[in-house]
Amino acid sequence: MSDNRLSVFKTYKLYVGGKFPRSESGRVYEVTDSKGKWLANAPQSSRKDARDAVVAARKAFGGWSGATAYNRGQILYRVAEMLEGRREQFVREVAEAEGLSKSRAAAVVDAAVDRWVWYAGWTDKIAQVVGGANPVAGPFFNLSTPEPTGVVTVLAPQESSFLGLVSVVAPVIAAGNTVVVVASAKSPLPALSLGEVLATSDLPGGVVNVLSGKTAEIAAPLAAHQDVNGIDLTGADAALAKELEIAAADNLKRVSRPQPVDGDGDDWTADPGTHRLTAFLETKTVWHPTGALGASGSSY
Amino acid sequence: MASAFEYAPAPESRSVVDIAPSYGLFIDGEFTDAADGKVFKTVSPSSEEVLSEVARAGAEDVDRAVKAARRAFEKWSALPGSERAKYLFRIARIIQERSRELAVLETLDNGKPIKETRDADLPLVAAHFFYYAGWADKLDHAGYGPNPRPLGVAGQVIPWNFPLLMLAWKIAPALATGNTVVLKPAETTPLSALFFADICRQAGLPKGVVNILTGYGDAGQALVEHGDVNKVAFTGSTAVGKAIARQVAGTDKKVTLELGGKGANIVFDDAPIDQAVEGIVTGIFFNQGQVCCAGSRLLVQESVQDELLDALKRRLSTLRLGDPLDKNTDIGAINSSEQLARITALVETGEAEGAERWSAPCELPSAGYWFAPTLFTNVTQAHTIARDEIFGPVLSVLSFRTPDEAVAKANNSQYGLSAGIWTEKGSRILAVANKLRAGVVWANTFNKFDPTSPFGGYKESGFGREGGRHGLEAYLDVR
Amino acid sequence: MPTTLPAFADATASDSALRRFLHGLPGVDAVGLEARAAALGTRSIKTTAKAYAIDLAISMIDLTTLEGADTPGKVRALAAKAVNPDPTDRTTPRTAAVCVYPDMAATAAAALAGSGVKVASVATAFPAGRAALDVKLADVRDAVAAGADEIDMVIDRGAFLAGRYLKVYEEILAVKAECGDARLKVIFETGELSTYDNIRRASWLGMLAGADFIKTSTGKVAVNATPANTLLMLEAVRDFRAQTGVQIGVKPAGGIRTSKDAIKFLVLVNETAGEDWLDNHWFRFGASSLLNDLLMQRQKLSTGRYSGPDYVTVD
Repeated sequence: MSDNRLSVFKTYKLYVGGKFPRSESGRVYEVTDSKGKWLANAPQSSRKDARDAVVAARKAFGGWSGATAYNRGQILYRVAEMLEGRREQFVREVAEAEGLSKSRAAAVVDAAVDRWVWYAGWTDKIAQVVGGANPVAGPFFNLSTPEPTGVVTVLAPQESSFLGLVSVVAPVIAAGNTVVVVASAKSPLPALSLGEVLATSDLPGGVVNVLSGKTAEIAAPLAAHQDVNGIDLTGADAALAKELEIAAADNLKRVSRPQPVDGDGDDWTADPGTHRLTAFLETKTVWHPTGALGASGSSY
Repeated sequence: MASAFEYAPAPESRSVVDIAPSYGLFIDGEFTDAADGKVFKTVSPSSEEVLSEVARAGAEDVDRAVKAARRAFEKWSALPGSERAKYLFRIARIIQERSRELAVLETLDNGKPIKETRDADLPLVAAHFFYYAGWADKLDHAGYGPNPRPLGVAGQVIPWNFPLLMLAWKIAPALATGNTVVLKPAETTPLSALFFADICRQAGLPKGVVNILTGYGDAGQALVEHGDVNKVAFTGSTAVGKAIARQVAGTDKKVTLELGGKGANIVFDDAPIDQAVEGIVTGIFFNQGQVCCAGSRLLVQESVQDELLDALKRRLSTLRLGDPLDKNTDIGAINSSEQLARITALVETGEAEGAERWSAPCELPSAGYWFAPTLFTNVTQAHTIARDEIFGPVLSVLSFRTPDEAVAKANNSQYGLSAGIWTEKGSRILAVANKLRAGVVWANTFNKFDPTSPFGGYKESGFGREGGRHGLEAYLDVR
Repeated sequence: MPTTLPAFADATASDSALRRFLHGLPGVDAVGLEARAAALGTRSIKTTAKAYAIDLAISMIDLTTLEGADTPGKVRALAAKAVNPDPTDRTTPRTAAVCVYPDMAATAAAALAGSGVKVASVATAFPAGRAALDVKLADVRDAVAAGADEIDMVIDRGAFLAGRYLKVYEEILAVKAECGDARLKVIFETGELSTYDNIRRASWLGMLAGADFIKTSTGKVAVNATPANTLLMLEAVRDFRAQTGVQIGVKPAGGIRTSKDAIKFLVLVNETAGEDWLDNHWFRFGASSLLNDLLMQRQKLSTGRYSGPDYVTVD
C-alpha cells in the first residue's frame, strides 16, 4: 500500500427498496467539501425516484409494523453494530462533509452510534410510556395503544449530515413506520453511505429509503403524495417548510415542523426526548365490556 | 411402547459445553476459593452423574463480595445510563451467541428438557437483558420522576427451577438502574450463574458489579442479613420469604419477594377444548411442574368435566419422558432427590385423603429423579393437594358450576400468583380477570412470559413485580 | 354407506338445525392452535425414524398435475414416475395415486393399469366450483366412467360463507352418490374459508356428508395446507371416530415442498389422530415437487452424501 496507489472512487447510489439504483433521471450533481473541493457526484433524484421510494416504503410497512417491537429493537441494535464497525469510514465522511477536525468528527460519529442504540432500546418501551388502560366510568375494559402512522417522509437536516440524520430517521422507524429520507442537499454522502449499513443490518428492504438531490425538488411531490402519511420538515428552510406544510394538508399528513435554530445550529447531542417517537404514532383505544359475574344469578 | 412411528434417539451433543472439574466463587471480577475452602458437588438429576465441584460460600465470602459490590457501586452508578446500557447490550448479545452452549449446560444441571432450555429459557434470558439494557438511559421516562437514583448493593437469592432466567430477572434491572449485585444461585444449579460470570468478563463488565456466590441456604441468609446490602430480592419458597420479611423488618432494606403459588386454571364450558388441553398441559407439566406460577389446580366447569378429562388423559399419553438432552423429550427429571421426596409424599397424602390418582403410562429411567405426569380427580378445596404447593408434575382437578363459584374457589388460597381462564367469551374473560386475586392472569393461554410483562404475586405469593416498566421500581430509590 | 349417521340425523334435518350444530362446535383459539402445530414441528426425526417417515411420505403422495397445458404425454410421464419414482433405486415405494383433471383420467388409468397406483380425478368444476349442480355431477360421472378410483371434489365456498350449510351438505351427498366405488375427497379450500372456526365446521359438515377424506385445498390459491389447518382437521377426524366409530382420512394439499415439511405433517398425524392414520389409505399429500425432495433425502440416507437435482428425474 504505497502513497502512489490510486484509490478506487465510490459511486454513490440511492438506497430504495433494499437496492442501490441510480436516479431514474440519470442526473448527478457535484458534492464538495466545506472548502469547495470535489468529493463525489451524488444522484440528483427526481419526483419519479420519490414516487418509487414511496412505493417501496408502503410495501415494507406491513411487515415492519407487524414485526414484534423486540424484533425491531434487535435490528436497530444491529445497525449500531454495523455502524461501529464502519466508524473510520464515517469519521472521514463526516469530517469532509462538515469541515470538522478528525476528533470532532469522531465525537459526532460516536454520538450517532449511541443514538441508534438509544432508539433500539425504545421500540419495546414506548407503548408502556404512552399507552395504558384507562379507568372509564363504566363496566368496560379500555386500553390505549400507540400504532405507527405509516409511510413518513423525513427531510434530514442540511447541516448535521450524520448525527442529525440519524436523530431524525431512527425514531421514526423505531416506532414502526417506514421512511423516505431526503438527504442534506449539500452533504448527502453520509446519508447514502448509511444506506449501505442498513442493507447489511437485517433491516428489510424498503423500511428506509434514501434519496439525494435538491431538497425542494424532491420534497414537493412527497409532501403532496397522497400515500405518504407523515412528514418531518427538519431539513426545510422556513419558506419551503410553509409551502410543504400547505401541500401536506391535502391528506392531513402528520407534520413535524423544523425546530427553531439557535446560534450556530441545532444541538443534536441533547437528550432527544420522546417527541420524535410520538410524532408519528397514532393512538388506538379499544373498549370491551366486562360486565359483572352475576352474584344474583344474572350475567354469566 | 413400540409404535409405528418410533422416534429414534435425537440427542443434543454435550460437546458444545465445556464444564470444568471445579469452579470458585466469582468476587470482584475473579474466580476465588471460599475462605474456608469448602466445596460441594453439583449433579445431573437425570443421571446422578457429578458435573462439577464448586466453592461453597460462607459468611466471610459474603462479606467480601458485598464490599466488592460496594466499591464498584460508586463508579457504576455514576456512569451515564447510555454506557451501562451498552454493557448490558453486550451481555445480551453474548448470551445469544452462546445460547446453545448455555442451554445444554442448563439442561444438564437442572434436568429440564433441552427443548425447553433451547426454545424457552435461553431466548427469554437474552430478551431480558436486551429489554433492561434499553431502560438504563431512559429512566427519566419511566414514570418515577426525573433522574431516579439506584439503591446501592442488591443481595439476590434465586431458585433452581429456572436458574439462568431467574438470574436474568434479577441482574438485568438491577444493573440497568445503576445498582451492583451479589447473587446466590441455588445449591443444586450453580453452573449457569458461573458461566454468566464468564460472560460478564467477556463483556468487559467492570469488576465487582456482578458477584456470584455459589452455596447453600446459609450463604443466602448471610447475604440477606448483611448490613451493607440495600436491597434484597428473593425468589423461592413462601416459608423462606416470610423469614426474610421478618429479618429485614426495622431496617432500611427494600425487599421484593417472588414466592410460591397454587395457580387455578379455569376451564369454562365454552372453552376452545383442544387449546384448553394444551394450556392445561403447559400449565402443569412445563418444567415438570416445578414452576411457581404453575396451573396446578384445574377448575373445570362440571358440565364439560368428563369430556375434558378424556381429552386430557389422551393428550398426556403422548408426553415423552426421558433423557433431557434428547430433543424429543417433553418431560425431564425432577431437580433433586429432596424435591422428588417432597412430591412423592404429597402424592401419597393425596391418595390417603381419598382423591383419585391417574398417572400417564411411562417408563421411568433407572438412574436419576423421575416422576410421571399425574393427575388427581375428585379433589376438593379441603384436600391437602388442593392447597399445598407440590412443585411437581401433579395436577389437582376440581369442578365448579358457575363463574362466581369458579372465582371464589380460585381465590380461596393463601397464594395469589397466577390464574388461567379458558372461554371464547371476551366479556367473561374480563369479568373473571377483574375478580381474580392473582398477579398474572392468562386468558386462553398459559405460562407466557416476556421481559416487558410484569410478573409477581398477590398475598403469600410475594410482593413486587419483575419485568416491564414496573420492574424498575424495585431497584430505584423512589419513596 | 348410510346417507347420514343416525346420531346426527337431527343435525342435518334442516338448514337451521345444521347451522346450530356447526356453530355449537367448540371454538378454536388460533394462537393456541398455531403454537401447538409449531411445537410439534420441533420434533427431531432422525436416522431410522427419518427413513420410515420418508418412505411413508412417498407412499402417501397423490402425484399431481392440474395445468391447463396438460397433455397425454405429460400425464403418462407423471404416471411412470409415480410407479417408479427413482430409477436408481427400485426399492423406492410407489406413490399412492396420480391426480389429474377428469379429461385426463382415462389416460392416467391406462398408464397406471395393474400398478396399484390409484387414479384420482378432481371434479365438480375444480378449482372454483362455480357451476350448476348438474354440470358438477356430470363432471364426476365422466371421471368415474373414465376409471377414476378417487374423486377430489370442491365444496361450494360461496354457499358456505353465505351460511347455506345444508346446500353444501346436500351437494356432497349428491356427489358421493355418483362416486360408486370411488372414494370421495372433499376439498374445503381452507384459504378461502379463512378462519379456523370455519375449517372446523366444514370438516364436520364434510364428515357428516360421507366424505372418505377431508382435504385442505386445491393448491391453486395463495395459502394452501399449513400445519395448523391440517392439525385442526386431524383433531376433527379423531373426534369423529371417537363419537361414531367411523374413520375418515385427511389430505393436505399445496405448499408442501420439502421432506422436512412432510415429516412435520406426519408428526402431526402421529401425535394427534394417531398411528391408525399412518397409512396411505387414511392420509395423503397433494404435491408434485415434494417427491423429488423426498427422493434426494432418501438418497442421502442411503449414501451419506447430499444429493442434487441431476440425480432425480424431472418427471
